[in-house]
Amino acid sequence: LSSDKLDADTWEEIEDSLLTADVGIEATTQIVEHLRERTKVLGTRSAGELRSMLADELVDALGADMDRSLATTPHPERPAVTLVVGVNGSGKTTTCGKIARVLVADGRSVLLGAADTFRAAAVDQLATWGERVGAETVRAPEGRDPAAVAYDAVQRGIETKVDTVLIDTAGRLQNKVGLMDELGKVKRVVEKHGPVDETLLVLDATTGQNGLAQAQVFTEVVNVTGVVLTKLDGTAKGGIVIAVQRKLGIPVKLVGLGEGPDDMAPFDPRQFVDALLGEPAGTS
Amino acid sequence: MFDSLTDRLSGIFTQLRGKGRLSEADIDATAREIRLALLEADVALPVVKEFIRNIKERARGAEVSQALNPAQQVIKIVHEELVATLGGEERRLNFAKQPPTVIMLAGLQGAGKTTLAGKLGRWLRQQNHTPLLVAADLQRPNAVNQLQIVGERAGVEVYAPEPGNGVGDPVQVAKDSIEHAKRVQRDVVIIDTAGRLGIDAEMMAQAAAIRDVTDPDEVLFVIDAMIGQDAVATAEAFRDGVGISGVVLSKLDGDARGGAALSVRQVTGQPIMFASTGEKLEDFDVFYPERMASRILGM
Ligand SMILES: Nc1nc2c(ncn2[C@@H]2O[C@H](COP(=O)(O)OP(=O)(O)OP(=O)(O)O)[C@@H](O)[C@H]2O)c(=O)[nH]1
Ligand SMILES: Nc1nc2c(ncn2[C@@H]2O[C@H](COP(=O)(O)OP(=O)(O)OP(=O)(O)O)[C@@H](O)[C@H]2O)c(=O)[nH]1
Ligand SMILES: [K+]
Ligand SMILES: [Mg+2]
Ligand SMILES: [Mg+2]
Repeated sequence: LSSDKLDADTWEEIEDSLLTADVGIEATTQIVEHLRERTKVLGTRSAGELRSMLADELVDALGADMDRSLATTPHPERPAVTLVVGVNGSGKTTTCGKIARVLVADGRSVLLGAADTFRAAAVDQLATWGERVGAETVRAPEGRDPAAVAYDAVQRGIETKVDTVLIDTAGRLQNKVGLMDELGKVKRVVEKHGPVDETLLVLDATTGQNGLAQAQVFTEVVNVTGVVLTKLDGTAKGGIVIAVQRKLGIPVKLVGLGEGPDDMAPFDPRQFVDALLGEPAGTS
Repeated sequence: MFDSLTDRLSGIFTQLRGKGRLSEADIDATAREIRLALLEADVALPVVKEFIRNIKERARGAEVSQALNPAQQVIKIVHEELVATLGGEERRLNFAKQPPTVIMLAGLQGAGKTTLAGKLGRWLRQQNHTPLLVAADLQRPNAVNQLQIVGERAGVEVYAPEPGNGVGDPVQVAKDSIEHAKRVQRDVVIIDTAGRLGIDAEMMAQAAAIRDVTDPDEVLFVIDAMIGQDAVATAEAFRDGVGISGVVLSKLDGDARGGAALSVRQVTGQPIMFASTGEKLEDFDVFYPERMASRILGM
């Protein structure tokens, strides 16, 4: 009577589309279960209807009405401070450059703090971005204590009265206890100037289930306030952010869509879900 | 948190150990758990499906029903299949009969190519080779400086005639590097290339052009062990776009399950040759499929 028209293949296709988008088996199972119940109640018959119900379900799972704005407005006596964190190679430095670009284009003054004093040429890379977008970069020699550099950057930002200080940190895998402690210290030392306003976790869209562990551990250490999902211009769907939103309630705020200064956009759940599910079935 | 593949499989096998023989229901339950575990480990869905088909088929066969301990037998089968998928045995680098040997690195953005160039350089130097690193990523901000620093640390010469940051032609640099290597008598040329997406046709064509002008003995595809389901599409794109002769799995020092190793091995048909296990130049080893399979199974 009800969902008989939705055969096993249809359900398997749905499950497969979520799994191959890195949504993960746990979230996928729960989403599909919920959908099955709803289709029974509603007597859904067509695969097209089912797809749009699934899309709604995913948009909901992404926290449709969450605030995704960045806290980059300066305080009366000091700049807003954003800390950018994440595992190696996810796109932190590039993201710092892109955010600076948006803010500068908005008429705001930005200062970049090069607190990755570890990786080869990381400081130069950030400084290149600074030149590109018109932001001063506070830098220190390689090997310098990253917390001290971050502190100095905010100090300089206060002195020069910039609106926003963006602090780039070294990539670190979340299972490296020493490196995570170091990151915690960076934040604590910076907060001698006042609370950090925004802590962005940069997550590579190609990341699989480890992305959830990344979000969990980074948020334990530095209280992540938003995710930047990078490299969404590739074939990866970035479905792990659904699990991150569901489990940890951390919203995706921005997406990275390329290597250029303007290749960044606000996160739009509906658009993200449409891309994740591919073209709506049965529209051809 | 997810259970690891190892935990998951041990969990099932502990259950099975209590029984005498495997019923069809046992096989299904086992297959379901293995499927779950593989998915949680980021093994790509098509690879999981094929893997499960093989396991089920073999679990139904005489080797299991006639075994004294069917559960033990299933473990053995899963292990065997994992090893078979991961490559079965290690392979050494192909060296050119007529030096220099050319090794081209390719992969997605941020995978670990530049770091690997330094690691390979250091490793080859220790084996009395005279490697040369080539800065053919002229796109990513300060990729050239990064390679220069990495080369310095590795004690290996870096060929970097162009400043990068958008200036210079990577194909020309790669081409000239071979002549340079001959002139200064370097026996291995390691070409660092820009990160690129599989669907970026222009950048994939550039990679193919670098390959064509350098005729590499190895094209090593560097892939991040944290990658999820996209491993298949990406590996296919690099296989078809540049050609891959070997795979390097990077960031294995993390806690990602690394199921992509199975996917990439399956898709490319090429061996995983090296494991990159940290940010320092010495965090590097050849890849042992046996060990990886055993590690996955907790044996
Ligand atoms: N296609 C694409 N590439 C990106 C994007 N964001 C960053 N990248 C590239 O990814 C690579 C790594 O970016 P970085 O900004 O250096 O990453 P990181 O997190 O700072 O890296 P580490 O500091 O080494 O941990 C570079 O080649 C970037 O150009 C994106 O949104 N799309
Ligand atoms: N923990 C860990 N970090 C690694 C490993 N290999 C590379 N990295 C780090 O990952 C980041 C990216 O490495 P790169 O060597 O710059 O990667 P790439 O592929 O050259 O990046 P692009 O040139 O931007 O495409 C850096 O922070 C490296 O230090 C590894 O095996 N383990
Ligand atoms: K995408
Ligand atoms: Mg960086
Ligand atoms: Mg590089």
